[in-house]
Amino acid sequence: MCAAINQVAGRDGVAGRDGLAVLDAEEIRRALTRIAHEILERTHGGDEVILLGIPTRGVPLARRLAGRIAEFEKLVVPCGSLDVTMHRDDLRLHPARALGRTELPADGVDGKTVVLVDDVLYSGRTVRAALDALNDLGRPRAVQLAVLVDRGHRELPIRADYVGKNLPTSQREVVRVLLAEVDGQDAVMIGEEGQP
Amino acid sequence: MKRHLISAADLSRADALLILDTAEELAQLADRPIKKLPTLRGRTVVNLFYEDSTRTRISFEAAAKRLSADVINFSAKGSSVAKGESLKDTALTLEAMGADAVVIRHPASGAAHRLAGWVRGSVLNAGDGTHEHPTQALLDAFTIRRRLMGGRRGSRKGGLGGWVPPGAGGSGGLSGSSPRASTANTALDGLRVTIVGDVLHSRVARSNVLLLSTLGAEVTLAAPPTLLPLAVGSWPCAVSYDLDSELPKSDVVMMLRVQQERMSAAYFPSVREYSRRYGLDAARMARLPDHAIVMHPGPMNRGVEIAAEVADSSRSTIVEQVANGVTTRMAVLYLLLGGTEFPAVTQ
Repeated sequence: MCAAINQVAGRDGVAGRDGLAVLDAEEIRRALTRIAHEILERTHGGDEVILLGIPTRGVPLARRLAGRIAEFEKLVVPCGSLDVTMHRDDLRLHPARALGRTELPADGVDGKTVVLVDDVLYSGRTVRAALDALNDLGRPRAVQLAVLVDRGHRELPIRADYVGKNLPTSQREVVRVLLAEVDGQDAVMIGEEGQP
Repeated sequence: MKRHLISAADLSRADALLILDTAEELAQLADRPIKKLPTLRGRTVVNLFYEDSTRTRISFEAAAKRLSADVINFSAKGSSVAKGESLKDTALTLEAMGADAVVIRHPASGAAHRLAGWVRGSVLNAGDGTHEHPTQALLDAFTIRRRLMGGRRGSRKGGLGGWVPPGAGGSGGLSGSSPRASTANTALDGLRVTIVGDVLHSRVARSNVLLLSTLGAEVTLAAPPTLLPLAVGSWPCAVSYDLDSELPKSDVVMMLRVQQERMSAAYFPSVREYSRRYGLDAARMARLPDHAIVMHPGPMNRGVEIAAEVADSSRSTIVEQVANGVTTRMAVLYLLLGGTEFPAVTQ
């Protein structure tokens, strides 16, 4: 299991219009730095590793991790995105959604260690869809999962290999990850249902 | 989006762009080892074809199968239609079998519209008489966008095209950033499209005029006066009787098939004269700007509206259009059937 700091969040964040900020930009940066080190450790120096972000916010997170790894080890880790929309199990509960982008590194995923990257791990259904999508793209040697926030309430037997922050929540609460690339700022917000 | 796709006029600019962007993502599937997605598992698509067709029927069938839908092919030949069954009774039969979508091609204009009132599923018009063929227009728009609005095109003068809305591209850290990134959410604003030939009998022309103008292109019809419909003045396009003067300013030339099977009178003196005035041969192609492309919805009459050397040239997108047809139809099927089921229509 993940050896690192999964300490329980104290609810001492800053209240804002989007609810309570539980991680600020600095904390997100430190969490990603730690995950980048953990990935290097667990994959013996990042050999044959591919980072695949799940749109929308997994993609910039994967890029940031690749950036850190390049900084620490002078190692270029291929980085891409994996859209899971067509593999979701809740398609029939919503009107058809626009597709995200799938972009794989040129060498494909065969024989590589694929690290899936997403912002929030909740029911585990997105990750299941991602595993199915990946299955159609090739045969990785291993698949691992990195998330910025694990908020619990799993509905499938899925766990993350790298966690930025374990955040105990109630199912009525909404966790939102804001990233500078998409939202203009870095923060993790928690609020009641109905809030943005 | 509406529940049915009967006319290109049903599509707003946002709908059309959503379909094109979805198709752009689905186009990658063709390069993958497994060309199939599980999205429409358990849904049934019926291909109801009252008219002969090769590429449209196969294209819809391939599209539905790649999305894992069950496909039932129905052609009027060899069915109860030959015994005199009406369209409505056939529709009710299909309804009883639980079709989630019906793809219909019919020689009568308006057949798809009538069918939409009788069945619960989505109706996709795959050509009704001389009325409309919206998925052909979508695949044509998709082909034009890929060829002319991507970043790869070299010779087109600056200003138009290649424009990326803020936040749409920016594939900075991704390895092998592809030209796909630059077409997302791009319409066809300012492109000049000339549609040439038998507009009167062409459902492709009507759908293209409607869709391409929705997407911002300037469409000109070039045809002999006898082959233009009476109401053409109310269409969102310009009309010209002189092809040669239109060619130098066209970004896209779309040649239409002379539909002799629908012609009940003499619309032009002879095939040879038609070909000389409105056929696209190598000499005419040379008058086009360097970046311009030549399209044809097929099937072609080589030597009538298009010369063989033009059809086989690198400017011709005819084979590409067929490949893009599958992806575009996948996008339409996904967007109509992939989400929540629409509530049943009350009789």
